[in-house]
Amino acid sequence: MSVLEVDSLRVQLPTPSGDVTIVDGVDYAVEAGEVLGVAGESGSGKTISMLALLGLLPERSTVHGTARFEGRDLITMPRRELRDIAGRDLAMVFQDPFTSLHPMLSVGKQLTEHVRRHLHLDRAASQRRAVELLEDVRIPDPEAALRAFPHHFSGGMRQRIAIAIALACRPKLLIADEPTTALDVTVQAGILRLLDRLRREHELAVILITHDLGVLSSIADRVSIFYAGRVVESGARDAVLTHPRHPYTHALLDALPHPEVSKERPLVAIGGAPPAPGRLPTGCAFNPRCAHAVETCRLEVPQLVVAGDRRLACPVDPFRA
Amino acid sequence: MRFVLRRLVALVFLSIGITAVAFVLTQLVPSNAAATNLGEQAAGDPAAVKAFDQHYGLNHPLPVRYLIYLDHLVHGDLGQSSVTHDAVTHDLGQFIPATAELALYSILFAAIVGIVFGTIAALRRNRPADHALRVLSLAGISMPTFWIALVALYVGFYELGWFPGAGRLNPGVNPPPSVTGLYTIDALIAGEFGLFWQALHSLILPALVLAAFNVSLLTRFTRSAVLEVIGNDYVRAARAKGLPERIVVVRYILRAALPSVVTVLGLVFANVLTGAVLVEKIFSWPGIGQYAYEAAVNLDVPAIAGVSIFVAVVYVTINFIVDVLYGVIDPRIRIT
Amino acid sequence: MSSLAYALRARPRASWIPAAWRQPLAIVGIVIAAAWIVIAIFAPLIAPDDPLAQTFTPAAGPSWHHLFGTDELGRDVFSRVISGSRVSLPIAVTLVALAATIGSIVGAVAGYFRGVVDGILMRSTDLVFAFPPIILAMVVAAVLGRGLFNAALAIVVVAWPSYARVVRGLVLSVGDSEYVQSARLLGASSRRTLVRDVLPNVAGPVFVLATLDLANAILLLSGLSFLGLGAQPPKAEWGSMVAEGTQYFQWWWIGTFPGLAIFTVVLAFNFLGDSLRDVFDPRTARRDAEVEP
Repeated sequence: MSVLEVDSLRVQLPTPSGDVTIVDGVDYAVEAGEVLGVAGESGSGKTISMLALLGLLPERSTVHGTARFEGRDLITMPRRELRDIAGRDLAMVFQDPFTSLHPMLSVGKQLTEHVRRHLHLDRAASQRRAVELLEDVRIPDPEAALRAFPHHFSGGMRQRIAIAIALACRPKLLIADEPTTALDVTVQAGILRLLDRLRREHELAVILITHDLGVLSSIADRVSIFYAGRVVESGARDAVLTHPRHPYTHALLDALPHPEVSKERPLVAIGGAPPAPGRLPTGCAFNPRCAHAVETCRLEVPQLVVAGDRRLACPVDPFRA
Repeated sequence: MRFVLRRLVALVFLSIGITAVAFVLTQLVPSNAAATNLGEQAAGDPAAVKAFDQHYGLNHPLPVRYLIYLDHLVHGDLGQSSVTHDAVTHDLGQFIPATAELALYSILFAAIVGIVFGTIAALRRNRPADHALRVLSLAGISMPTFWIALVALYVGFYELGWFPGAGRLNPGVNPPPSVTGLYTIDALIAGEFGLFWQALHSLILPALVLAAFNVSLLTRFTRSAVLEVIGNDYVRAARAKGLPERIVVVRYILRAALPSVVTVLGLVFANVLTGAVLVEKIFSWPGIGQYAYEAAVNLDVPAIAGVSIFVAVVYVTINFIVDVLYGVIDPRIRIT
Repeated sequence: MSSLAYALRARPRASWIPAAWRQPLAIVGIVIAAAWIVIAIFAPLIAPDDPLAQTFTPAAGPSWHHLFGTDELGRDVFSRVISGSRVSLPIAVTLVALAATIGSIVGAVAGYFRGVVDGILMRSTDLVFAFPPIILAMVVAAVLGRGLFNAALAIVVVAWPSYARVVRGLVLSVGDSEYVQSARLLGASSRRTLVRDVLPNVAGPVFVLATLDLANAILLLSGLSFLGLGAQPPKAEWGSMVAEGTQYFQWWWIGTFPGLAIFTVVLAFNFLGDSLRDVFDPRTARRDAEVEP
């Protein structure tokens, strides 16, 4: 059984000009010990679809569909039960470690408060657990770190602390929302290696959200590509990233710098901008930017269907092997 | 700590400036200082007048007189009130505790209610509760304090008879032995609970009236301070950790919003003083506001100067403390 | 919250002017303030009786003949409240205009010339700010001598520094902006850049401040009159009428109605000023767009 199975998730957010659909029917699943990479440009609904799972959306947002976590639907679950699962079985790491840690609470406090609540540990036991966690994420001198405040640490160290906080209650699933975007390139690699090691050691399922396919190619097992609130292509990492079939995936990969081929091939930016949610073009949302679009693309929203070794939402399928 | 030192130096200079302003202002009063201070009889005695003029340097030019005034001030001599015929410092000692007690309870009440209201408004932003609190808080800062006092007195004392109408204790009741000068606290120290309740009972109406303006002010400040932090990632992170909403609000949101709320404490104090001048008159509260009022109306020069210097120095000192406190609350500033 | 920010960016931008009108409180404020201005202008026509005539039964409660009752001297309270608008409103407007002008000039000079001039002027605002407003106003009013004019003058003394600070800050920031720098480079004279480029940017905030200050000025003025340092009897001034009410508070109508008058006028200006601030300062605005998860 999958740890998490999301089915036809739709999210609408309130805006002054009415409700806007940000996530429009996405499906995905993660298994224990597996890293699911979720990629897409800003505004594609990646983050919102994750926040919906934990009930962290703004008030008056509407969420449809199901998200079965160990068999229980997170979407319809009462908020109180959700709060018991959140932080214990299902943890989240946010993008910017400079803002995701409370500046006025000590690292120790932030690392132990939910441990004491969820695992019913006493002060001493939760302190021991905290030291263990900080060692696990390779923070030097954990005892001193517990008494320190977030501003004493560098960005990379803060993100390690944030990961330690997320892992504190031994969750089954970790959602990491662009955990390396705010960090230096050299620090990024360290964080990714850390995530990779932790999921092996703890049989942890990980959803890694990113807009950088390069990040996914190093640690993801499977990949889902989001565009304008929908999944356009998903499958095993090697299949999707080495033989992309959706024109959008293709374009994303082209936009990546390739060190080995940079001489022959210039960097290709994707033409146009992603559509604003609420103002999607008819048909396939990508059709205005797509070089392969045909008449049907402008009329019908393509469904995500099995296409050989993957699932694909493109009837044209111009890159079929 | 260099920050604290620099502010401290500025505070000293500001205090000197305050004495200068108060001194110059009061010197503009056309009066025969000796006559008003010594009373009719003594003013007829040339030796007494001469001694008086000598003591306060009244035969010297203004700047010299100011320096003499400063010299006396440093030695704890603010002159003699022409109304009470006591030393101004003695009078201040008499009147300050009454206002301090009133201010203490009033600010305490305003802080609790204002912070709760402001937090509710922010959490329910743009909902009916928020709109209602906005109108309510605007109404609170629009009502003249002396008028609220009048209405409160009419309803609470005259119509319902729930509260005493004047003074700190019932007429003829002796105050508890003075330790702090605050009757409620002194009564508790002396173990006289009846007296404590009586003092508290007398405090309620004036303290509530004084609090009205500050409740509104703090509601508005807390609301915007909470809105500043409420969208932060760490608040979302706290919810993602599965912390109960109560802890998210208190430990994560309020903790972060508190420093900005603390910065208005100086303003809160100024409002209490403003209110005290008006409210003490109506409730016959023997405090510094009454004293300042009496001094101003009777052109009691040493008392006016003394009370305005005292109040202003306390005011700027509070603002100084607030600045320092801000650093203590926020560990990011503490280090640098 | 990239996608969320994105969603919000998509919303149509409203222009500022309609934004002011979409604030119901602003409209309520304008209506009340306008009503009071009309009352002040036509007071002699509206007031049924002479506000000073002691011709009626003293201390009679509200009735059809005397809507707000009569006071201890047999004057019609309703007529006195109406006539009081001719005291508070024009004086408050004048003194705020005066304080705003003085403060703005001082602030502009300080911000424009910077250096020693700035230092001296700003330290003097510090000195005024060092006193709680009512204490300083009380002392100044007392020293100048009791009376409405002197009370108003005392309030000007307390009120100007906030304008000086705001304008100085704006002039400093506008003066640093590129277009003013380039105007200077092109040889525009100091006075011209100040008038042409700086003033328009300063007008909005000063206007908001002045609206809110009108509320404060009326409160302070009536407070000083309440204490007996402002308007002197028998003048029908709201603050001193409330003061009379405190002496005869068993006759609640004597003090209650003038107090209500102060309250409604001040409330109108606070409604207006608060809404205007939302419009001029988007940072504190209460737009619906403030949705973050």
